[in-house]
Amino acid sequence: MEVFVQQLINGVTLGSIYGLIAIGYTMVYGIIGMINFAHGDVFMVSAFIALIAFLTLVALGITAVPLALFLVVLIAMALTSLYGWAVERVAYRPLRRSFRLAPLISAIGMSIVLQNFVQIAQGARVKPLPPLIGGGYTLIESDTFVVRLSNVQILVVVTTIALMALFSWVIARTRLGRDMRACEQDLKMASLIGIDVDRTISLTFVIGAALAAVAGIMNLLYYGVIDFYIGFVAGVKAFTAAVLGGIGSLPGAMLGGLLIGLIETFWSAYFSIEYKDVAAFSILVIVLIFLPTGILGRPEIEKV
Amino acid sequence: MATAPDTRTASAPARAPLLSVRGVKTYYGNIVALRGVDLDVHEGEIVTLIGANGAGKSTLMMTIFGDPRAREGTVLFEGRDITRMPTNEIAKLHIAQAPEGRRIFGRMTVLENLQLGASIADPAFFAADLERVLTLFPRLKERLHQRGGTLSGGEQQMLAIGRALLARPRLLLLDEPSLGLAPLLVRQIFAAIRELNEREKLTVFLVEQNAFHALKLAHRGYVMVNGEITLSGSSRELLNRPEVRAAYLEGGRH
Repeated sequence: MEVFVQQLINGVTLGSIYGLIAIGYTMVYGIIGMINFAHGDVFMVSAFIALIAFLTLVALGITAVPLALFLVVLIAMALTSLYGWAVERVAYRPLRRSFRLAPLISAIGMSIVLQNFVQIAQGARVKPLPPLIGGGYTLIESDTFVVRLSNVQILVVVTTIALMALFSWVIARTRLGRDMRACEQDLKMASLIGIDVDRTISLTFVIGAALAAVAGIMNLLYYGVIDFYIGFVAGVKAFTAAVLGGIGSLPGAMLGGLLIGLIETFWSAYFSIEYKDVAAFSILVIVLIFLPTGILGRPEIEKV
Repeated sequence: MATAPDTRTASAPARAPLLSVRGVKTYYGNIVALRGVDLDVHEGEIVTLIGANGAGKSTLMMTIFGDPRAREGTVLFEGRDITRMPTNEIAKLHIAQAPEGRRIFGRMTVLENLQLGASIADPAFFAADLERVLTLFPRLKERLHQRGGTLSGGEQQMLAIGRALLARPRLLLLDEPSLGLAPLLVRQIFAAIRELNEREKLTVFLVEQNAFHALKLAHRGYVMVNGEITLSGSSRELLNRPEVRAAYLEGGRH
């Protein structure tokens, strides 16, 4: 029982991070029908930006954790959005009218570029960040096991819920959200009614990158170490989450992220930690075979 | 409303046309779709373009919007060259289109579709414009919060036209509004177009295969064959031309 509760807490935390990244995949897929393979690496870049920002702020003498954290979030979101925007502008937009595989190949190229850039610029070794937010609560204490809920975990989950609520509101209620949904359904018609499709697509990448930036900061705070390769693994997991939830569906991405986080932690706890990735990706294969549109996805049937 | 000049005559008015298409050639890859089209639409007119399936009518509609772009020739709107303008910038000039296939945003409500139609319009007019469209097509009023994809074909066509009207168009392009609709619905929609033209002096450019209905509605018409304009004139003239009757009207009068 204690183990179960602890893994549930860990799984929800991990799932929050995956969910935030998964939104970027599913939004871009929804609007231009491509998998942005560089998205995981944008997440990785954001973690590095956050780390550098932290260290810079400390060097400048800003050591109050809430203030530093707030500034880091702003800086990382802004700079990571710029990366997201640039990736689309440089690698995808010129290929928009090209054959379907072209942007996909370009995305893989962009992923490699970002990974190598960070590896060369920052070195290949793991970068640590001393724990900034300590403490937590002991929920259950038995002779053999202690269930803990750390402050970082609370921060991660609460921030994720708040961001997802805000994001859902933007999509459902604002002019930008309506334009994005229109583009997602019919790019040509969207431009016929005067929507600037290029701008809307750019903003989709910017929002996706901003959410990934928050995930990157969480990842840094939660694990305390990052390297240039974290984007690949987290990216593939978040992509799996998006497919599991139903690619193109925003609630699906959030649900898929949560499920992948839970599957991974429970598998690690009850079976073997070495095979946790195998478990996560087996789920992907099973979903693709038996439920190709995902849990909340819709079949590609449109009434003509 | 002030009396507008009667444009329902054979000769086009002397003013500069609202829309002027000059020598437009459009290609899909290397396949030629339009072979040098000349066509004018004057303010306050209903002009129809008739022709068989695959003649290039819809291509012309889309070429006016720059997608695909004309490889040669020019498209002028109020004397301004819009041939190379981006599609969404052309929409901002208050040219609206109810395109081929209607292209309703099926997963959005009827109201959201109409709001999207008003994207380029001044928001101050939205409430009144919405009311006007819902009076014109009362069926949409009943379905306002229903998803667009659940509407019948006729209702979708009304929504496509309504969405275009909310842009407060100076020029309305309609691509086969009668396609796939029951004759009663076709009459309703055509009556609505006539009403808009007569009451609000809306300029309409109408593409149709249903030549009889289209020529009955329009002031002037053009006949397109294989990417070229082969005939033009007042609707009455065209209705009486033996070649038009033979090609487009025989057996089609219902």
